[in-house]
Amino acid sequence: MTDCYKPRDECGLSSAIKDAATAKMPLVVRGAGSKSAMGRPLGGYAMSLTTERMRGVSLYEPTELVIGALPGTPVSEIDRMLAKHNQMLPFEPMDHRVLFGTSAEPTIGGIVAGNVSGPRRIAVGACRDSLIGVRLVTGRGDVVKSGGRVMKNVTGLDLVKLNCGAWGTLGVLSEVIFKVLPKPARSLSVGLGGMNDTTAIAALTAALGSSFAVSAAAHIPASIGSDSTTIVRLEGSDGSVAYGARELAKLWRSFGRAELIEGDESANLWLRVRDAHWLAQPMDRSIWRLSLAPSKAPHVLADIRQKLGVRYFFDWGGGLVWLAVVDADDAGASVVREAMANTGGHATLVRASSEMRHRIDVFEPLPPAVLKLTQEIKKCFDPDRVLNFGRMYAGI
Amino acid sequence: MSKIRFTEPNREILARRDSIINDLTRLVDPAGLITSADECRAYETDALTAYRKMPLAVVLPKTTEEVSAVLKYCHDTGVKVVPRGAGTSLAGGAIPSEDAVVLGLSKMNRVLAVNYDDRFIRVEAGVTNLSVTAVVAENGFFYGPDPSSQLACTIGGNIANNSGGAHCLKYGVTTNNLLGVRMVLIDGSIIDLGGDYLDSAGLDLLGLVVGSEGQLGIVTEATLRILKSAEGARPVLFGFPSCEGAGKAVADVIAAGIIPVAIEYMDKAAIEICEAFAKAGYPLDVEALLIVEVEGSDAEMDATLADITAIARANGATTVRESRSAIETAAIWKGRKSAFGATGRVADYLCMDGTVPTGKLSYVLAEISKIVQRHGLRVANVFHAGDGNIHPLILYNANDPSQQSKAEAAGDDILRLCVEVGGCLTGEHGVGIEKRDLMGCQFDDADLAQQIRVRAAFDPRWLLNTDKVFPLDFRCQG
Repeated sequence: MTDCYKPRDECGLSSAIKDAATAKMPLVVRGAGSKSAMGRPLGGYAMSLTTERMRGVSLYEPTELVIGALPGTPVSEIDRMLAKHNQMLPFEPMDHRVLFGTSAEPTIGGIVAGNVSGPRRIAVGACRDSLIGVRLVTGRGDVVKSGGRVMKNVTGLDLVKLNCGAWGTLGVLSEVIFKVLPKPARSLSVGLGGMNDTTAIAALTAALGSSFAVSAAAHIPASIGSDSTTIVRLEGSDGSVAYGARELAKLWRSFGRAELIEGDESANLWLRVRDAHWLAQPMDRSIWRLSLAPSKAPHVLADIRQKLGVRYFFDWGGGLVWLAVVDADDAGASVVREAMANTGGHATLVRASSEMRHRIDVFEPLPPAVLKLTQEIKKCFDPDRVLNFGRMYAGI
Repeated sequence: MSKIRFTEPNREILARRDSIINDLTRLVDPAGLITSADECRAYETDALTAYRKMPLAVVLPKTTEEVSAVLKYCHDTGVKVVPRGAGTSLAGGAIPSEDAVVLGLSKMNRVLAVNYDDRFIRVEAGVTNLSVTAVVAENGFFYGPDPSSQLACTIGGNIANNSGGAHCLKYGVTTNNLLGVRMVLIDGSIIDLGGDYLDSAGLDLLGLVVGSEGQLGIVTEATLRILKSAEGARPVLFGFPSCEGAGKAVADVIAAGIIPVAIEYMDKAAIEICEAFAKAGYPLDVEALLIVEVEGSDAEMDATLADITAIARANGATTVRESRSAIETAAIWKGRKSAFGATGRVADYLCMDGTVPTGKLSYVLAEISKIVQRHGLRVANVFHAGDGNIHPLILYNANDPSQQSKAEAAGDDILRLCVEVGGCLTGEHGVGIEKRDLMGCQFDDADLAQQIRVRAAFDPRWLLNTDKVFPLDFRCQG
């Protein structure tokens, strides 16, 4: 067990990082650790730092649709507080405990560090789109703020987005502020059965190209369950959802007979999509997450399936592919990355053994000019390389 | 006049002007190189017309490769570059300096790809905002951000300033609608960030580039998310006998869980100016006007508007007028979107762009009125109430130098107030030169130092759009 800094406030966080920087001692930075097995492994670092003691909602103005919290605040605590005012975090963050078999509750800082979103991402944007302000401590120990509590702000460089999805390699968040949304009055799913990948993506594309308030769109192929499910979620006022469901059924007539799913059944289905539930077991399978243009997804999948045994499903209307790889000595990296090469999209190895994540690029390799910029940015935030050094890319 | 400082031009560069121009002729099509004083004058300012500087030369490249060649040359020879879209910046973001080459994107205005299945459009950065929607409208799609200057302003400029518009309450600002860019760094290297998919790989450099006011590189192509238009849209005018009532109505609508597509606010002065110009049928017997727009099917709009109307009446609304035709809708929006232009016909004005927490709107409006009176001037308020992005137009006479100083001082006071109540200096117009020296109100030294380090990671020689955004005395400390 490594020693661990557990600062209680921003000041303590800053002095811990300053200590580490002075000693040139790299730190493993984490929240509750629900995603510690993601990214390149950070073995061999003597010290870790957790923000889990920096907890609490720092700001909540329901009529302004804004909430702020300290990084160690459990997401569930924020959800509960928002629910009291019938509001929600728009981006529906995934809970990685399902995939990683971890137990500690995900913290809001961890969600921001990983830019973690869920099925509603296609309608309302990612975590980074709802995040409007941060405070953070850089690798120099400096406390820096960017953005704020208002939702339109172009004052100075956007270090908010830069740090969202940086996996704690640039700074350690000390406060995060989001814009939030009212919960939809009604949520309803419309599904089709018996479709192959190509027709399923075409049906989802038709739905997403409509004006019926589609807030999520997924396809779970037959290989996952007994029959395939192609499903979209409509959210909004009572009337608009009912109207949308009727119109969508008409729009989908050429694909088949649409079925309505509501209540817990619908909610549970989207939780499973959000958390990649179907791929969690068995735990020794490597899991990839591919982001690409939806129209390219069926072809890419066909290509991969010719060479690899995989279990998979599609979210984001086909723009997000989850893939569990069966028995491959490079976790399928060469096949997956080759299939993705001409799409412009990118692939992330979300779950794999530590040995595999050491050997294989976990995040999409960057072109030289972008890598150089990334290195320069790392250097200017964290010159002594103390924050999660190497978690995203070697040397970053 | 001339409160805003400019750095002294580099004499060595000025002395080399002829040889620099000679070198540039080899890098761009001669038709895209402007050097005569008469023609350069069109580029000496932007929409912050009180300030003017003649550029060393203007280049208008036609390709990313030409942009790359010009930037590499300027980098290697230490020449400053000022990027320019349509020159509609209200903050002086495109104002040149005598020792800088203006690089304008007006000739890069092609639409490169439209893909309805994957819901994106790829365009060159000189394409205007409105023409993006015009291209996809025939298929019932649109592009979300809609700044008032959308007829003229370019996508490249929108990216530089993270432009919003009236409808961003629902559809977000530029950064929420941009999937990817091709951009040229100051050393001439060409990079792609993001693409036709969601969430770019690696650090979110795309998010960093948006709103960076042309200081990190020059975007030459952009991939934008397009959306299917709602079945219908209907604006409603609500007139209030008091500003407080209008402010309270906005807060109550949002608290009720209703997010209209737009909630626009105008005070009495703005209503009079805009009505005289656009004949939109705005009520003239009220102190404040809200334009609330909802979208959806007819039944959905009827239901939502009934709820909003009840809230407005509970807050004292005396006029409620729904648009009943496309012509009425167009007139209502024409009045709002031409607010700046219409104001320009009756007086010179400075347009502020702070954002404040929406719960502080009534307080801020009352304080603005006091501030402007204290400086002996008048103000018209027209702004995006749903997101707290305010645009006080401080009216003055530009021919009276003392009035310009007073207007600038009043503007500074208003922006300090925005920061004091928890807001920011600029919501969508950018810092430019106009708010540069106020950055210290919002950020402390550590904040600014870190921003400057990030800027230097892209442009270590500090050649891109210098003199903008960061206080002049501050950069050396980075």
